[in-house]
Amino acid sequence: MRPDDGVLASRGRAIGAVLDVLTDELVVVCNGFPSREAYTQRDRPENFYMIGSMGVASAIGLGVALAQPDRRVVVFDGDGNVLMGMGTLATIGVLKPANFLHIVFDNEVYGSTGNQPTLSQTVPLDAIASAVGYRNVQRVRACDDLAEAARTLLTSEGPSFLLVKVSRQVEEVGRVEIEPVAMTERFRKAALAKRGFGSAEPSAGRGGIGARSDGRTGPR
Amino acid sequence: MPFPAKDFVGLLQDAGFDFFTGVPDSTLAGTFATLIERRRFIPAVREDEAVGMAAGAYMGGQAPVVLMQNSGLGTSLNALISLNLIYRQPCLLLISWRGHDGKDAPEHLIMGQVMKPQLELVGIPHRTLTVGTIKEDIAWAGAVFDKQRIPVALLVTKGILS
Repeated sequence: MRPDDGVLASRGRAIGAVLDVLTDELVVVCNGFPSREAYTQRDRPENFYMIGSMGVASAIGLGVALAQPDRRVVVFDGDGNVLMGMGTLATIGVLKPANFLHIVFDNEVYGSTGNQPTLSQTVPLDAIASAVGYRNVQRVRACDDLAEAARTLLTSEGPSFLLVKVSRQVEEVGRVEIEPVAMTERFRKAALAKRGFGSAEPSAGRGGIGARSDGRTGPR
Repeated sequence: MPFPAKDFVGLLQDAGFDFFTGVPDSTLAGTFATLIERRRFIPAVREDEAVGMAAGAYMGGQAPVVLMQNSGLGTSLNALISLNLIYRQPCLLLISWRGHDGKDAPEHLIMGQVMKPQLELVGIPHRTLTVGTIKEDIAWAGAVFDKQRIPVALLVTKGILS
C-alpha cells in the first residue's frame, strides 16, 4: 500500500466528481473498471464506454475531437491504458486539438486484473504530457481540487492533461448494460446531434459514405 | 502503367471518404504524398492508434481511411477485433501487400503469406486493387462500409499506384 492510499479518493468517486461538472461534453471512457464506474455513477448519451482494445481510448477520443472540433471531448483514461498506448500522447501533443481534455485516473496498478503494479509508480505521466506538447498539464490528489481543475481545463484551450492520483479501492459496480452496437449508435447520435459554438455546417463528408441520403451528416 | 496516386485519392474523396490517417509504407508513398500535400493526412505512430482514431472519427460523423503496411495489420488486430468489429465502427483499410509472391525483404515474407487468411479469419472483407478495376473496388469497399458497418480492406501490391 502506498503511504497516501488512506487519504486518496477512490477512482469511482473521482470519476463521479468529474461527471458532476460536465454538461454536453463527449466522453470516451477506457476499458475495465473506469467504464463500469462511470456507467454506474452517471450514464449519459454523451458517454462512450470502451470494453476491449486496451490502450486506444485516447486515440478514439482524438478521432472524435478532430471530427467534431466544435465539441469538447474528454477522455477518462487509466495509467495502464496510457502506458500501453503511450505513443498517442505524442500524437495528441503534436496535433494539439484545442477541444481535447485527457483525464488519467492513476491508481498505479492494473486494478481489473488483480492489482499488479504499473510503471506509473515511478514514471510521472504528467511530465511526459508536458514534454510532448500538451498545452495545460495538472496533477491533483483530492476530489475537491479535481472538480476545480476539471472546470478550469474544460474552458481552457487544449490539449489539456489532468493526472488524478486515486486510491486502489474499487467502488461497487455492475457491468455496462449497453450492447456495443447500440453504444456506437447512441454516442454517434449524441456527437452529431448538436453543433457547438459558431459552426454553420456539419464537418463531415460531401455525400456518399457516412452521410445520410438527405445530404446531411448523421447516422442512417 | 501504375494508376496515378493523385487520381486515386480523388476517387476516394469523391466516394465520400474524408478522414485519412495511418502509418507510412513505401508501396503507398504516392498516396501519402498526395494526402500530405492536400493537408488531409493525420499522422499516427502505430496502426492500432490509427484504427482507434478512425473509430472516433466515424462516431464524429466522418468516413475514415487507415493506410498501413501489412505488418501494421498485426499491430492493429486487437483493436480491429475488440473495437471496430464488436462496436460496428467501419473504416477503409488501405493495406500495402508487402511480401506478395514471396518476393520482398525477409521480415515481410510470412505476413505476405498469412495476411489474407488472417483477414478472412477475423471477418474483414477484402479485395486486391488492380489498375483496371480501381473505381469498382472503391465502390465495393464503400458499399461494405455503408451496409455492414465494419472495417473493409483494399490490398495494394507494388506497382499498382504511382
